[in-house]
Amino acid sequence: MKDFATLFAALDGTTKTTVKLAALTHYFRTAAEDDKLWTIALLSGRRPKRAVTATELRAWAAEAAGLPLWLFEESYAMVGDLAETIALILPTAEAEETPSLSDTIRALMALTGQPVEARKTAILGSWGRLGTTERFLFNKLITGGFRMGVSQGLMTRALSTATGVDEAALAHRLMGNWQPATTTFQSLIRDEGEGNASRPYPFALASPLEEGPEALGDPTNWHAEWKWDGIRGQLIHRPGLLALWSRGEELITDRFPEFAPLADFLPPGTVIDGEVLAWDHAAQRPLPFADLQKRIGRKTVPKKLLQEAPAHLLAYDLLEDGGRDLRATPFVERQARLAALLAALPGDLPLSLSPPVTFGDWADLAAARQTARDRLAEGIMLKRKESSYFTGRKRGDWWKWKLDPFTVDAVMLYAQAGHGRRANLYTDFTFAVRDGNALVPFTKAYSGLTDAEFAEITRWVQKNTLERFGPVRRVPPELVFEIGFEGIQESPRHKSGIALRFPRMIRWRRDKPVDEIDTLDSLRDLLRATRA
Amino acid sequence: MARDPVLTFTDRGIYCPAGDFFIDPWRPVDRALITHGHSDHARWGHRRYLATHQALPVIRHRLGQIDAQGIAYGENLRIGGVTVSFHPAGHIPGSAQIAVDREGEVWVVSGDYKVEADGLAEAFEPVPCHAFISECTFGLPIFRWRPQAQVMDDITRWWAANAAAGKASILGAYSLGKAQRLLAGVGPVGPILTHGAVEEVNDILRHQGYSLPHTIRAGQGVDGKTHPGALVIAPPSALGSAWARKFGPADEAFASGWMAVRGIRRRRALGTGFVVSDHADFPGLLSAIRATGCEKVFVTHGYTAPFRRFLAEQGYDAGIVATEYGEEAEDAVASSAEPVES
Repeated sequence: MKDFATLFAALDGTTKTTVKLAALTHYFRTAAEDDKLWTIALLSGRRPKRAVTATELRAWAAEAAGLPLWLFEESYAMVGDLAETIALILPTAEAEETPSLSDTIRALMALTGQPVEARKTAILGSWGRLGTTERFLFNKLITGGFRMGVSQGLMTRALSTATGVDEAALAHRLMGNWQPATTTFQSLIRDEGEGNASRPYPFALASPLEEGPEALGDPTNWHAEWKWDGIRGQLIHRPGLLALWSRGEELITDRFPEFAPLADFLPPGTVIDGEVLAWDHAAQRPLPFADLQKRIGRKTVPKKLLQEAPAHLLAYDLLEDGGRDLRATPFVERQARLAALLAALPGDLPLSLSPPVTFGDWADLAAARQTARDRLAEGIMLKRKESSYFTGRKRGDWWKWKLDPFTVDAVMLYAQAGHGRRANLYTDFTFAVRDGNALVPFTKAYSGLTDAEFAEITRWVQKNTLERFGPVRRVPPELVFEIGFEGIQESPRHKSGIALRFPRMIRWRRDKPVDEIDTLDSLRDLLRATRA
Repeated sequence: MARDPVLTFTDRGIYCPAGDFFIDPWRPVDRALITHGHSDHARWGHRRYLATHQALPVIRHRLGQIDAQGIAYGENLRIGGVTVSFHPAGHIPGSAQIAVDREGEVWVVSGDYKVEADGLAEAFEPVPCHAFISECTFGLPIFRWRPQAQVMDDITRWWAANAAAGKASILGAYSLGKAQRLLAGVGPVGPILTHGAVEEVNDILRHQGYSLPHTIRAGQGVDGKTHPGALVIAPPSALGSAWARKFGPADEAFASGWMAVRGIRRRRALGTGFVVSDHADFPGLLSAIRATGCEKVFVTHGYTAPFRRFLAEQGYDAGIVATEYGEEAEDAVASSAEPVES
């Protein structure tokens, strides 16, 4: 684990991409093959099957440190990371020794299913032998969630430099559901492994268009379509296999059984990029995101839900046709083939073309964008007609032109310290609007302010705390913020009766007195208006 | 029958009714006893000040014309119906705990303290007492400092590696106390440059007789070209500033107890964080409290709620006192919001 700890320290110790790239490249050149394989797996979000639960880890760590569990929990709330809390709270190791990364992982995997005493002895033994950084990494292997500030793209670039394998080919090979336990480093990067059939292509991502589209030049070079508010997905049909991947590289085929019949109609060797939506068949339009949300967490879907919120895929793009990779062909050509392919399908399938938004000039498009909300879309997507289906986020060819958010002025009631990067800084706030003479909490928000503003608010919170509930502090209702959000829905679970979508702070309204904030009635009006 | 407490807690600060004075008050009062020169403890606007001889020069420098009296460590001074004495707190040079003795009942106000001797500040001495009013800036068990010598070795190695790579090493540290402690503890690698705020304090402490290595004020005409491979010690707010750029290619680091937490290190977007604190760590707080032999503990600033509860479970009569200390507890929070000291 020494090499891996050195790599981690180098990555964690810098914010400079060039330094990270150099550290990764060095690692991929020098580390043992098995360790490299596992490092790729960890950096791309894979982890060994969990041998120990978080509850066990907490209890064992508190016991080993000779502390009550509640004090461990308080510490965890401050640090915001279980692996780190344990690493910090345990006494310093007596004598340090470090097995290799892959040996450590193999030992962890062997613990799965062992009786609790055996697992506890093994974990406590490791804690007692590892230095603080190695202990932290060891815990991360158990809890998962390695974040080293390394994007998939950066890792791929380093791996490409170190191995000489083409970067784009590597990016594709690292997608999908390969497992380090069943492959080797060489077969992964040389593409000799199994399980390639269901492998998705890296998603092409759009950049936000902050100003209007005028700067994009001639409108005839651009294709416009609605930016739907669902789950971006990639549907893969290859011989004997139908797979649906989410943008987060999660295989979600089984959650949406209505797509299964597509296997009978789509030609083999077809890959479609699109948006999964809950669908109103009668009106031939999407249902609100809230309906889709009911299905997202479910691995098996009850019949009632299948009827209430049936899934539909609106197709954006065709990445593979007849088994041929189309990503390098221009967008218009892919679009034409996609349209032809879909036109040949029966009409009642849960798959259709995401209709283009036709427009003459940018003013036309701006007018169309204003109708997005009525269509339950988030805005407009603009794609350069000549663009390839590129990997990741590449500025210039694809733009998302989202609607301006809804806004409401609200007052802060509670503050809580953040986690991770924001440990020790009050960043998580609960906001209220007026309802007659009362203040009704209606949303939380965490983002949108600068570090300097968060620091200033933190000092204010520390001086103005009225009450403490564990990590939460009640403060006088004095600080007013403009809250932006993308949608509003009814929610019997909340005191206010409403829930917001993507709430965040737009700005701190130091100019606005508390008696001028918005009312619950104004939010209810908005709710009615958006449902009409 | 319960007697009146020796010290009470008011909205102006910690007050001694029998002696009619305040300790580290945060609003103007007639008579203030000051534990040390940090600005959340030594504030402007009191009519009379009392502090150790060692702390006064910096306090005078920071507060200007004040009516101040000095006292030696361990010296007894009668004020009204009580006897007060000042004892080393190990926090920064001149810092003290203040003991108040009323007819044999002793209460001690810790101010800020650190139990490990750092070779510069007068080393912490436990003072037997009945009630101990303690800070707990780092009152969670995740805070456990390594021995200072090990961290100083890390800093020396970091400096040497940067110097070998042709880079300056800019180390952010609070200008009163932390900066001088680092100066005194770091190994000799090359020239040491200082920000004006640090050098002002250096001058005062050298004049008092504290032993510091040779430093060069990084004013005009002093930069990375004139002093290659230098260590630059500056207030944290100077990191990443235009001033810091004059040293050319450089590695920046921050020395603070908060650097023990990865999230905080990352928030400052700093590569390197050295865990060096002028406050006691969790084991240090516990050992200090134990060493006083006290029954009653009041915790003032830091992780007061969990620390009080833990003390109560250990059998102490423990309470929380709301104060306005800790605002500059090693810049935990201030980060980019604070002005650059000049």
